[in-house]
Amino acid sequence: MKPFDYVRAASHGDAHDNAARIIAGGTNLLDLMKHQIETPTKLVDVTRLDMTEIEEAENSVRIGALVSNSDLAADPLIRERYGVLSRALLAGASGQLRNKATTGGNLLQRTRCPYFYDTTQPCNKREPGSGCMAMEGQNRILAILGTSDKCIATHPSDMAVAMRVLDARVEIEKPDGQIQLLTLDELYRLPGDTPHEETALEPGDLIVAVHLPDAPKGKHVYRKVRDRSSYAFALVSVGAVVHTDGGKITDAALAFGGLGPRPWRDTEVEQTLIGEAPSEALFEKAADILLADAKGYGGNDFKIPLTRRVLKSVLGELTGATQ
Amino acid sequence: MTEHLKMDKVQPRLLDETGQGVISTPMPRPEGPLKVSGRATYAAEWKAENMAQGFMVRAGIPKGSYKIDADSVKDMPGFLGVYSDHMVRNSAQGTMNTNPVQLEHEIQYLGQPIAVVVAETFEQARHIAESLKVDYTRDDDVAGDFDAVTDWKEGSSQDQGDLDDAIAKAAFAVDSTYTTPPHNSAAMEPHAALASWDGDKVTVRASLQMLGYNRNEIADSLGIDAANVRLLSPYVGGGFGSKLGIDPASVSAAVASRHLGRPVRVVLHRNNVFEMINLRTQTRQRVRLAADSNGKMTAVGHENWQTNLPDEPFAEPVDTATHFLYGGENRRYGQYTAVLNRSASGSVRAPGEAVGMLALENAVDELAEVAGIDPVEFRLRNIPDTHPENGNAYSSRSLAQCLEEGAEKFGWSQRKSPKERREGEWFIGMGVASAARTNILMESKARVTLNPDGTALVETDMTDIGTGTYAILGQIAAEMLGLPTDKVTVELGDTDLPTASGSGGSWGASSSGSSVFLGAKAIRAKIADRLGCSPEELRLQDGVATGGNNRRPLTELLEGPISEEGHIEPGDQDVAQAGFGAHFAEVAVNSVTGEVRVRRMLASMAAGRILNAKTAQSQVWGGQIWGIGSALTEEIQHDRRTGHIVNNDLAEYHVPVNLDVPDLQVHFVDERDDYANPIQSKGIGELGLSGAGAAVTNAIYNACGVRVYDYPATPDKIFPHL
Ligand SMILES: Cc1cc2nc3c(=O)[nH]c(=O)nc-3n(C[C@H](O)[C@H](O)[C@H](O)COP(=O)(O)OP(=O)(O)OC[C@H]3O[C@@H](n4cnc5c(N)ncnc54)[C@H](O)[C@@H]3O)c2cc1C
Ligand code: SF4
Repeated sequence: MKPFDYVRAASHGDAHDNAARIIAGGTNLLDLMKHQIETPTKLVDVTRLDMTEIEEAENSVRIGALVSNSDLAADPLIRERYGVLSRALLAGASGQLRNKATTGGNLLQRTRCPYFYDTTQPCNKREPGSGCMAMEGQNRILAILGTSDKCIATHPSDMAVAMRVLDARVEIEKPDGQIQLLTLDELYRLPGDTPHEETALEPGDLIVAVHLPDAPKGKHVYRKVRDRSSYAFALVSVGAVVHTDGGKITDAALAFGGLGPRPWRDTEVEQTLIGEAPSEALFEKAADILLADAKGYGGNDFKIPLTRRVLKSVLGELTGATQ
Repeated sequence: MTEHLKMDKVQPRLLDETGQGVISTPMPRPEGPLKVSGRATYAAEWKAENMAQGFMVRAGIPKGSYKIDADSVKDMPGFLGVYSDHMVRNSAQGTMNTNPVQLEHEIQYLGQPIAVVVAETFEQARHIAESLKVDYTRDDDVAGDFDAVTDWKEGSSQDQGDLDDAIAKAAFAVDSTYTTPPHNSAAMEPHAALASWDGDKVTVRASLQMLGYNRNEIADSLGIDAANVRLLSPYVGGGFGSKLGIDPASVSAAVASRHLGRPVRVVLHRNNVFEMINLRTQTRQRVRLAADSNGKMTAVGHENWQTNLPDEPFAEPVDTATHFLYGGENRRYGQYTAVLNRSASGSVRAPGEAVGMLALENAVDELAEVAGIDPVEFRLRNIPDTHPENGNAYSSRSLAQCLEEGAEKFGWSQRKSPKERREGEWFIGMGVASAARTNILMESKARVTLNPDGTALVETDMTDIGTGTYAILGQIAAEMLGLPTDKVTVELGDTDLPTASGSGGSWGASSSGSSVFLGAKAIRAKIADRLGCSPEELRLQDGVATGGNNRRPLTELLEGPISEEGHIEPGDQDVAQAGFGAHFAEVAVNSVTGEVRVRRMLASMAAGRILNAKTAQSQVWGGQIWGIGSALTEEIQHDRRTGHIVNNDLAEYHVPVNLDVPDLQVHFVDERDDYANPIQSKGIGELGLSGAGAAVTNAIYNACGVRVYDYPATPDKIFPHL
């Protein structure tokens, strides 16, 4: 770990520091710093700022960036209206980590690609232009959608998958005080030729909150497939809210974890489902659309058929159409 | 005085005659409160005045040579030195007793220790280690891929009868190949050492399992006399084989301390533990079995392929249990080894059986199935009368009872055919596997002192690696001397004390326990003498001696302390000696995703006299949990091109977490092994693991009809077949 300065932000102004990295729970940033994958010379600790509330507004809920993953998962309002979010949070990490991890930090956690974590290895994300060891290496946990020939990393968050289902918007305060609201697809960039540029955030930007509009109509499910029953990242996960009426699917929102560089949502999949009677054939069609561009890299090939199976199972569960 | 016993004949069961009644009870560990309140000081927690801190530098290339550019960091804050002399390539093998391989400027695997950086603080040392410029000369001819090896070297082999012919003629046969990945010991406490010199004598506080050997290994690595080395390891936070031999931290701390003239502490980072400490080899195993039309086995073949670094004197004894577990006249074994540029292989809990029995017990299950015989019944039918290769009798073997009683308690009769039992998306199934682990006695010494105030002291350089040594040695002394257990103090982990067997190979409790038994036995003889009775007549209970017509409290009888040393040595006996048992598992397999959840397990074990019912049960629990890990999740993943470990931490090397561990039941079958040692006990720590994972994978098959040949049974290997 490189020596660094540490300041505790007393005001939002302190947090808008171009030269500093923000630290919240520190559960990801500190690990990265210890390995010198990230080497900030200054940290600004935002944990004393007023971003800890979950507030109900008209047609929405505003979650402060510092609300811990544990508190968010346990909040009665979240549990009642946004079950998919509560369940996704509880499926992530461990109790201890969730107590420290914050909403803002969770959104910005970095990939778990094993080559990214080892500074003896080339990695385009860590060291632009050095190459990608994962492409032909151990890539069992890496992406099959949205990849580029430069990087196949996934975004590992469970929380963000649920937020993507719920059409969350991230409230960003710019250094000049301006507020920007970004959808998750706007926040997260695809790797393209620049996998090191992961988000639309600019130096000095502060995430202050996440807004959730009223939850879509329907039953909530978060299904995470993993190598052990807890404390493991998703191989594949599905967050879904689906409503059926009169034998037809009327509403559907679906996002996937473990598949891409950002929580993966494909509205075409949802459009295929809406207005149709649930059936095996329909679910297959939805999976075909979702996976049309999926590309495996050897170790992660299994994610393609696994995603199809999990999607069909989740849709079966939500629509009552048994598999 | 020393009471010496070479164990070449059966000994009387004295512990069944004594009257204190503390042996075998589930006595809590006396040091437990210290551990849970943070007062048991582990190696990395010691501080010394003027102590400097070291951090290991790992090789950044898999093969080649290197030069350290110390100038690149010498002006950094806190810098004290960077040293690569005497650097050990990896940890020493168990009972090696000499230095592990030491290389000069040569790199044979990525992550190899190449230097230690020392600074005033830990943070400075780490930062300097990460900033240090190392000039590498790469050798691109790297062998990192197990599957690409073609030049296998034939190692030990053994043939009896005609395996091929027996298989060709058999009513039923299987020929299956299984692969198991490398495993890490993943002890909670990382390896650490604090070294300080006083003239030409060095004291090292370290985390090691076998101090008698370790002292010689350190001395040899440093080029000094073993008499000048003192090792202290009173508490060890788990070893599982990884601390059998000395590690890079202990040698580096001593080297740096000698250069600087200051105490130096070196703690391995978790990544270092994965890379620099010997791990269990990857294996490929081919098992061929045959049976006649009555389900009696006629042939057993077990061949294995495994790898290591050059010049490493260890090969996983994969087929150990296969030699004596089941009958069959025609037998073949073979071992094939190769050298790879990957972290070294060595002993990890139950070396041999841990992975050998995954394959063997899966194959036996397959054979039972093709023969159409229930797997418990099939195993019962194939228990040989005598050792199938040398005809020796078994010293004790309650395998049949373990299988029968275990099946009864587990509800084995409720087992159905594959895919017959289903709950929602989940298939439910049951599996069984035999357990077997060779039993070993090692030379061991201990001093026992009985004081006139009715207290006793046990002293030995034996270690307690979390297993319960403090508890059982105190119980043995208390039982033999007729004292309440709280009157006995046990001191361990100091090479100034009599040299013990060390903890390894599940021999610790029996070997060091026997030395304490012998020391106490000599004290009993002296007390009998003072009381005027024969040792056979003597009764000791609650500090009172009774014998002949006399009855006197020890406080009156003793004028001064009586101190005796017990010394046990293995002898020659023509018996086959092992612990036996049976594992049962019930699992649920998700029909959509292939995820497996273990719902319950039962271990039915026989290991001679159980010295402490609680610590023995904990050992078996640990074994069952290792079984779950090796069946379902644990796998060191290497990059094929570089050979380096990509999941070198506990986030991505998946040991079972709480939620993976269900209701674990342990049933002990009462047993005495008269050939094993004078306390009639056998090892249990590794027996609890041997076969456990196979019960889980056999249960997966029974649940959903999928056999996984490539361990671990992660979802991706199951769902495609559902
Ligand atoms: C062993 C392990 C297992 C895990 N398993 C899972 C899992 O299964 N599922 C899962 O979803 N997650 C998992 N996690 C990840 C965990 O959820 C994240 O580490 C955590 O959410 C990060 O939050 P934090 O507050 O600690 O972030 P920090 O580490 O403090 O920060 C992370 C990043 O966010 C930035 N940041 C933080 N707050 C703000 C803000 N308000 N504005 C702008 N930038 C900000 C920081 O600068 C930094 O770049 C795991 C982590 C570990 C260590
Ligand atoms: S996948 Fe991305 S993060 Fe991983 S090695 Fe390649 S470039 Fe780096």
